[in-house]
Amino acid sequence: MTDQTNFVEIRHAQKSFGTLEVLKDISLSVERGQIVGIIGSSGSGKSTLLRAINDLDPLTGGEVWLDGVQVNQALSHRQYEKHINQMRQQVGMVFQHFNLFPHMTARENVTMAPKMLKGLSQAEADKLAEEQLDKVGMLERIDYYPSQLSGGQKQRVAIARALAMKPKLMLFDEATSALDPELVEEVNHVMRKLAEEHMTMIIVTHEMDFAASVCDRVLFMDQGVVVEEGPPSLLFTNPTQTRTREFLRKHLEGAK
Amino acid sequence: MLKVYPFFLEAAWLTVLLSILTALLGLTCGALGAAARLSRFALLRFLGAAYVSVIRGTPALIQLFILYFGGPQIGIQLDAFEAGVIGLGVNAGAYMTETIRGAIISIDKGQREASRTLGLSQWQMMYKVVLPQSARLMVRPLGVNINALIKATALLAAISVVELTYTAQRYIGSTYKPFEMFLLAGVLYMIIIYVTGRGIAWLDRKVQIT
Ligand SMILES: Nc1ncnc2c1ncn2[C@@H]1O[C@H](COP(=O)(O)OP(=O)(O)OP(=O)(O)O)[C@@H](O)[C@H]1O
Ligand SMILES: [Mg+2]
Repeated sequence: MTDQTNFVEIRHAQKSFGTLEVLKDISLSVERGQIVGIIGSSGSGKSTLLRAINDLDPLTGGEVWLDGVQVNQALSHRQYEKHINQMRQQVGMVFQHFNLFPHMTARENVTMAPKMLKGLSQAEADKLAEEQLDKVGMLERIDYYPSQLSGGQKQRVAIARALAMKPKLMLFDEATSALDPELVEEVNHVMRKLAEEHMTMIIVTHEMDFAASVCDRVLFMDQGVVVEEGPPSLLFTNPTQTRTREFLRKHLEGAK
Repeated sequence: MLKVYPFFLEAAWLTVLLSILTALLGLTCGALGAAARLSRFALLRFLGAAYVSVIRGTPALIQLFILYFGGPQIGIQLDAFEAGVIGLGVNAGAYMTETIRGAIISIDKGQREASRTLGLSQWQMMYKVVLPQSARLMVRPLGVNINALIKATALLAAISVVELTYTAQRYIGSTYKPFEMFLLAGVLYMIIIYVTGRGIAWLDRKVQIT
C-alpha cells in the first residue's frame, strides 16, 4: 500500500461529465514542500483536476494519493464519508469566490471547523483565530462579518480559515481572479509567505508573473491533458510545445 | 347584536388555537417533507414528491372531507377539531415542504463546497452552514404559508368546527344580519392575520445577518 514515494500522486486521472471528457489520463506527482502552478485556457480542466485532489469532483478513472493514502477510495457511503472527511481535513482549499460563511465573523469562519472537528475549547479557538488572522494581516478585522470586508480581505480570511485546520497541502483555484487589480497583491503576498514556510501548494492561476515567481514547477493544460510542464524559467521563456507558445503569446497580448 | 360578541371572541380564540396547532403540525410535516425531498435515498425523495403533489393537487376541502367523513369507513375516528388540525396541518406541510426545500437549495453551492473541503460531514454542514443561512430565507415565505393557513381554517366550518366562520353562519339565523355577522368575522380574521404578520416581520428582522 505504501509504495508511494510522492506526497501527492495523481495516476491516470480521467474525468467525464456525461459525454464530455474533461481530464484525459493525467498523471502528476508533487513532492512535499513543492509549489506547483497550473495554467491553461478557460475550460482546459484546471479546476476539475484541482478539485479531484480532495474528491470534490470525483474522478471517473484513476487514483489520487496523498501522503501514502488513496483519497478516492471506493467505499460504502458511511465509510467513504468518514474517510473523505479525514482526508479533507488535511487539504486546505481556497476558491475564486472566497465562499466565506456570511453568517459568521472572521473569527467564527476560522474557528468553526477546528472547534467542530478537533474539539478545541473557546480559548484555544480564539488563540488559533488570532494567530491565523494575524498571519494574513486581518487581526484588526477579527470580529467583522464578510459583508464588511473587501474582496482581498475576504480572500485572506478564507486562507486563514483553510490554514486553521493545519493542512498538509493547500489548493488554490484562481484565488485572485475575482479581485480588483489593486487587491491582488495583498493576497499574493500571503501566498508568498506560505511559500517561504514551505507549504506544499498547488495553484491554479491566470497570473503568469506570480506563477513564475513562486512556483517550482508549472504545468500547462489544454483540453484535458498536461501539454507541457517544467520549471517556470523554462516553461515561460522557452516552451517546447506550439500550444504552450500560442497560449503564452495570447496571454501576453491580453495582458497588454 | 351585542349579545353575539362573546361568542365571536370565543370563536376567534378557537381560530387562533387552530392556526397555531396547524402551523406547528405544518412546520413539522414541512421539515420532514423537505428532508425527504432532499434525501439521498430515492424512495424518500419519491415519497416526499408524492406528498407534495397529491396535497397541492387537490382542494383542501376535499382532503378534509375524506379525513372527517371518509375516515370512519377505513377505521379513522376523529372528532371535527382533530380532523381539522390534522387535515389542515398536513395540507400546510406540503406547501411548507416546498418553502423549506427552496430555502435550503438556494444556498450557494460554494458554501457547501467550502464546508466539505474543511472536512465537515453532511450533518455538520447542514447544521452549521446551510440551515442557519436558509432559516433566514425561510421566515418570510413561511409567513406567507401561515397567512394562507389561517384563512384556510375557515374551511373547518364545513365540518362544523365552531370557529369564526361557523359562528358567523350560526348567528345569521337568529339575528338576520348576514352582512354584520360576516363583516365581524372578517374583521376578527384581519386582526389575527395582522398580528401574525407583524410577528413574522419582527422575526424576519431579528434573524437577518447584521
Ligand atoms: N459540473 C460540471 N458539469 C458539466 N461540465 C462541467 C462541470 N464542471 C466543469 N465542466 C466542464 O469541464 C470543462 C473543464 O472545466 P474546468 O472548470 O475544469 O476548467 P478550467 O480550466 O478551470 O477553466 P476556467 O479557467 O474557466 O476556470 C469545461 O468544459 C466545463 O464546462
Ligand atoms: Mg477553473
